[in-house]
Amino acid sequence: MDATILLLLLQDGVVNGAIYALIALSLVLVFTVTRVILIPQGEFVAYGALTLASLEAGTLPGTVPLLLGLGALAFLADCAEARAILTGRVLLRLALRDLALPALVAAAAWFLAPLKPGLLVEILVTLAIVTPMGGFLHAVAFRPLAHASVLVLLIASVGVHLALTGLGLVFFGAEGSRTPPLSEASFPAGPLLVSGQSLWMIGLTLAIIVALWLFFSRTLLGKALIATAVNRLGARLMGIAPSLAGRLSFSVAAFIGALSGVLIAPLTTVYYDTGFLIGLKGFVAAIIGGLASYPAAAAAAILVGIIESVASFEASAFKEVIVFMAIIPVLLWRSLRSAPIEDEE
Amino acid sequence: MTRPMLEAENLVVAYGKVEAVRGVSLTVAPGRLVTVLGANGAGKTTLLNALMGVLPAKGALRFEGDDLMRLPVEARVARGLSLIPERRELFATMSVEDNLKLGAFRFRAKGGGGDLGEMYRLFPRLAERRRQHAGTLSGGERQMLAMARALMGRPRLLMLDEPSLGLAPLIVAEVMRTVARLRDEGVAILLVEQNARAALRIADHGYVLDGGTVVLEGDSRTLQGDARVVETYLGSLSVDEDGPPGRAASGR
Repeated sequence: MDATILLLLLQDGVVNGAIYALIALSLVLVFTVTRVILIPQGEFVAYGALTLASLEAGTLPGTVPLLLGLGALAFLADCAEARAILTGRVLLRLALRDLALPALVAAAAWFLAPLKPGLLVEILVTLAIVTPMGGFLHAVAFRPLAHASVLVLLIASVGVHLALTGLGLVFFGAEGSRTPPLSEASFPAGPLLVSGQSLWMIGLTLAIIVALWLFFSRTLLGKALIATAVNRLGARLMGIAPSLAGRLSFSVAAFIGALSGVLIAPLTTVYYDTGFLIGLKGFVAAIIGGLASYPAAAAAAILVGIIESVASFEASAFKEVIVFMAIIPVLLWRSLRSAPIEDEE
Repeated sequence: MTRPMLEAENLVVAYGKVEAVRGVSLTVAPGRLVTVLGANGAGKTTLLNALMGVLPAKGALRFEGDDLMRLPVEARVARGLSLIPERRELFATMSVEDNLKLGAFRFRAKGGGGDLGEMYRLFPRLAERRRQHAGTLSGGERQMLAMARALMGRPRLLMLDEPSLGLAPLIVAEVMRTVARLRDEGVAILLVEQNARAALRIADHGYVLDGGTVVLEGDSRTLQGDARVVETYLGSLSVDEDGPPGRAASGR
């Protein structure tokens, strides 16, 4: 391996790592706020990519009926949850959020899809379709389990992952899709050729990181999410409902997942089940960050990307094995240096 | 007699088969300071947690005429109830100022929450520590932060669980003065205390809890003179005496 190849691999690794970083950040967010290890995060990625691809082809994406169905289920779950205070106004608010909003998005998609309105509009429609699914899934599958243990939540998470993968197969079929790149431009940089696509990916990842940082440090809603993660009872006593925090973090995760899907769609052929492996690599990065630290998770994600690209060059048959093995020394190191958790007031 | 603000009737709270609160009835009138006394394990904390909705309970509970029983904690907060729990439940890894801002979360959409400047005037120590993490504060500072954070939510009924717990006598006196001043400003207060002497000094009315039931009830002057209270809670064993007797801690 000479220096040029190493540079190429590094470039590749950083670009892939950017996607893993986005996924790792949303996993950390969802876990700290709700204690759910969000295995279906990968499905949001696949849905994002496949939805964009079918809009690109001028057809109505399969995620649209799925969104309507999930919205209806969430409406029922919300009504059951709010049965003690179910007044006309509450019912109207729930119907607007769970039924009218998805219907509006579906109508927009149905109207815009045959027009082929161009990549930017198609990306916005994709994000609008996939993002609300996060909140709906939380209401249907996770809120009723809010008091369950992490293990039970993990089992539910696996169940949701399997269901979403199956639904992906139903709605999108077994064929893979690929979309045109966000930018055809490329720039020579020394021995490297930097593509516009990879600049977009790194740029958007940085933008999301900055946006998340602003959200958490500057807005009361962002601080309420952190507060829920730090002290659930304390947050409830301030009037921050865990269900609000959960719904919000799931929606952010779905948004970031869909955006990741939009970003990788031009690089690789995405199938209905492609998301799982991508999500798992983001998970490795989140674990290295202890499922708690955003900067550590993002840095670890870049490392995972680089390990993956070097591994696929040196020993491509063992690419995944090497990536997932990287978790073992980290876990060893963590278990050796971690002190017993102290009860803090 | 004014209409009660908070009205609990025959409240029962059980942990599994063990009943920790067994049929407690209690009322708090607007603008009054009511204290609940009792030894360790008498059910005081359980009672407060049930009033706030942290623990499920049976019985009847009304706040300003509305039924509270089926409302979750957040909905009770929205109506103006506030609890400062025994463990304070601060956001340890967030700054003092962020803790305070979150105290006004229920006003995020409409405005009208507490004022940061006012809290810093009330508790100057918090102003000095505004950028520090809440987890780095001393016990007394944590209690002040817990109180200020609750006040940011402009509670109509403030419930305090053992605010003097683990504090030095001088700070206990300061905390009690603050509680009394809040009552004078019109906030109804339900104060749970083991430090019966300090609590009765500022309270208008008191309940004595034992084994999960109310064994004694009356205005605080009567309770201070009651032989059973004196013997059990104000007697010579009272170690956390705060200052010389006869010196009123409240401004009244």
